[in-house]
Amino acid sequence: MSTSLSNTSTVRAGRWVYGASVALLCAWVLVPIYLLLVNTLSSPAAVSGFPKSFVPEFDTASLEFFAGFSGMVSALINSIYVAAITMVLSIVIGAPAGYALSRFDFKGKELFRLLILLTRAFPLPLLALPLTVMFIQVGLDDTIFGLALVHTTLAIPFAVLITFSLFSGIPVELEEASWTLGCTRLTGFRYVVLPLILPGITASAIFAFVISWNEVFAAAVLTIENRTLTAFLLQNLDTSPLHLKFAGGFILVVPALVFIFAVRKYLFAMWGIANR
Amino acid sequence: MAEILIKNVAKKFETYQALSDINLTISDREFMVLLGASGCGKTTLLRIIAGLETATSGEVWIGGKRIDHLPPKDRGIAMVFQNYAVFPHMTVFENIGFGLRMQKQPEAVVQERVKRTASLMHIEQLLGRYSGELSGGQRQRVAVARALAMEPDVILMDEPLSNLDALLRLEMRAELKGVLAESETTAIYVTHDQVEAMSLADRISVMNRGEIVQAATPMEVYRNPAAEFVAGFIGNPPMNFVVADRAENHQWRVAGEHYSGPKSDEDQIHFAIRPEDVVIAETGLDARVRLVEPLGAHLHVTCDVGGRMFRAVLDSGLEVKAGDHLKLQPQLDRIRWFDKNTTKALEV
Amino acid sequence: MNSNRLPYLLILPVTLFLCLFFLYPFFQVAGQAFTNDQGLTLANFERVFSDWKFPISLKNTLLLAAAVVPVQLALALLMATMVNRMKKGRDIVLYIWTIPLGISDLAAGIIWLAIFEQSGFLNSMMHSLGMIDRPTSLLSYKSMGMVFLAIALAEIWRATAIMLVILVAGIGLIPKEYYEAAEVFGASPWKRFTRITLPLLRPSLQTALVLRVILAFEIFAVVAALGGTLFPVLMGETYSYQFDLLDSGSAAAIALVILGISIAFTLVILRALRVPKGAQI
Repeated sequence: MSTSLSNTSTVRAGRWVYGASVALLCAWVLVPIYLLLVNTLSSPAAVSGFPKSFVPEFDTASLEFFAGFSGMVSALINSIYVAAITMVLSIVIGAPAGYALSRFDFKGKELFRLLILLTRAFPLPLLALPLTVMFIQVGLDDTIFGLALVHTTLAIPFAVLITFSLFSGIPVELEEASWTLGCTRLTGFRYVVLPLILPGITASAIFAFVISWNEVFAAAVLTIENRTLTAFLLQNLDTSPLHLKFAGGFILVVPALVFIFAVRKYLFAMWGIANR
Repeated sequence: MAEILIKNVAKKFETYQALSDINLTISDREFMVLLGASGCGKTTLLRIIAGLETATSGEVWIGGKRIDHLPPKDRGIAMVFQNYAVFPHMTVFENIGFGLRMQKQPEAVVQERVKRTASLMHIEQLLGRYSGELSGGQRQRVAVARALAMEPDVILMDEPLSNLDALLRLEMRAELKGVLAESETTAIYVTHDQVEAMSLADRISVMNRGEIVQAATPMEVYRNPAAEFVAGFIGNPPMNFVVADRAENHQWRVAGEHYSGPKSDEDQIHFAIRPEDVVIAETGLDARVRLVEPLGAHLHVTCDVGGRMFRAVLDSGLEVKAGDHLKLQPQLDRIRWFDKNTTKALEV
Repeated sequence: MNSNRLPYLLILPVTLFLCLFFLYPFFQVAGQAFTNDQGLTLANFERVFSDWKFPISLKNTLLLAAAVVPVQLALALLMATMVNRMKKGRDIVLYIWTIPLGISDLAAGIIWLAIFEQSGFLNSMMHSLGMIDRPTSLLSYKSMGMVFLAIALAEIWRATAIMLVILVAGIGLIPKEYYEAAEVFGASPWKRFTRITLPLLRPSLQTALVLRVILAFEIFAVVAALGGTLFPVLMGETYSYQFDLLDSGSAAAIALVILGISIAFTLVILRALRVPKGAQI
């Protein structure tokens, strides 16, 4: 009797500790973002003032200053362009390979997989260094497209592995059924595979977008006039006032919140198989 | 006319010989079942006919046209898959009409044929549903309807009932037989279930290790198996084999009894009899009972005959228990003989 | 369609792309590192190694990785097991915990700058608690420990999510029956974790650690935002050789050093967490 009583109270205590830890870990993630939000929505004076208030004043002066800061808006637009090109390129180039990996057995398949995995095991941004020379030779230096090519290299291993696992999730029989029902490989793909895979493809495209959006090093190395937002912020870290940094940081974070929410269903599925 | 001709078809995967030199003719409107254990090549053969797999060598002809170089869509076939392959993003209607739409049939034809095949398969009331809202049996019906709606020359079925539970399987089996007979298409049906094969087939091709061991009517396959493999694969419990020693001329000594059998130069051959073709009598094979399983209608008795396991299906009224000594008398016209080395049937 | 050639056609774009933007620059970096105006040389490496900042930045990078990665691994494992037994609210908790996945290292640095800078939230909090009278500079050369802590916290905050995702996916692949079987045999929750979860999670642990360790050696923007030049790291040195000193030979040499360390650690991890063939789920 007494043991069962102490048992239930241990279980209850355990549950309480469990719930508290979950809440604590959520706070650990959310509070820093909240504090950035407070800074962003405070006037420049409040941002540099002391002591700080833990609630925002809802003053848009910092954001307005950010929008008016020379070069900032064009950097923001550059970031969007680069990320958009990266997104399209990595899917257009990566998805066919993902399909090939999931549907065919061919000589050299293991070698190809190794190449893909190798790229993931490399500090890729470093490779931006020699590319500066190559880009100057072909006239791609300091261009949005040139940077997007490098970002695509970063995103492609993920695109290939994610689409590989997505395609593997679609039973081959569905495709085969379509072929026996009058489809060619192409129309079968178009009418059966594509509709089923589209949400997953969108998710991996968004993932590619985020990779590019967040990349700092290659962006800073490869662009001079056409800075992306990350490169711009990095370069002006020493000189720009606090409220500018915080507003810039906040603008960097917002898409992340939205994107992760959009792809949350796929984050796990794609790693589940992709890490094999 | 959709006669199917399979000539010298072979298939090799890397180092594994999946099919070797298959020759088979399936006549128009015939229901042919490919029967065998998993890995025997039956599905590979079906997929080669469908065009989902390419043969390493050989030819496939349908209706007098060589089709082994054509893509699946140009072969005049339709296929029912083991796990149904009902498209999850389409309604039942769209699934059944998919092939017709791919053929660019007029909308009126699509409507008419979808409704007709749906009512044939008793799924008219499901036309608006998605695959996720269907039970396994209903999905099965959609898959069959989708194939039938194409009005194909040949319908190919790859273990279509294996994912259904036992009762549903019986029901669908009967229904399939009726529907296919009515549709007048040639059918090739792959299964590992001998009962399914026996009940559905006009002819059964029993396959083993990439070869067709015997292609004949169900009763022929059952009564006159061409090889020990067929005899042992079909029938539950399967055929019994006992070693027979040469006595004189056509006479062979089997477990203490003499039977007249084939002429053979061998000193030993195999005597074979189905479990239900023996009765307890005064004379017969010496049997020591090891195990008795009363199954209601029958008694399954496992004995030791000539040092080998021997199963007999006996009348359930008999009183038999483990340890008993019996004389099992075979029905003489049901005795079969096999060569010990080639395992092929021997003519009497 | 000729299905023998089709797969090669499909992987052709990726292969070409990676040859052009991965293999080619890789060999270029190697070439640049080992050459100068006079031809083949080790001068670039000698210059880099003799620079007084090199040992410090190497030490800083390795120390950071050593401090951050184990904490992240433990935290990610804890979070993954917590989420695994969660029934209500699993989706929302997972979403919150994976938010940092989408946040760039630069943004993470800025976020933690908001906390650690002189007029930041940490000083404000200590002030309101009466611990200090006026704000002190936390991120200065006088308090290198604090700089290290700030950078480490920012890294842990930002990059635990990627491990969490990989591990949650990995745990999801472990059949529930194993746990039920273990429970029947009387294994405690801790035993179930060490005897079932951890061994069966090895492939995922491998991936997570390799990815994380490589990223740890690439640390750059977080440091730039929080430590500036106070806290040199390898990647930052590469950047300053390239831009401030316009010496791409030395930049390439450091890049090769980072590459070398990454590969060495990858091999060690792969070896240590090797899964015998046939012992996979």
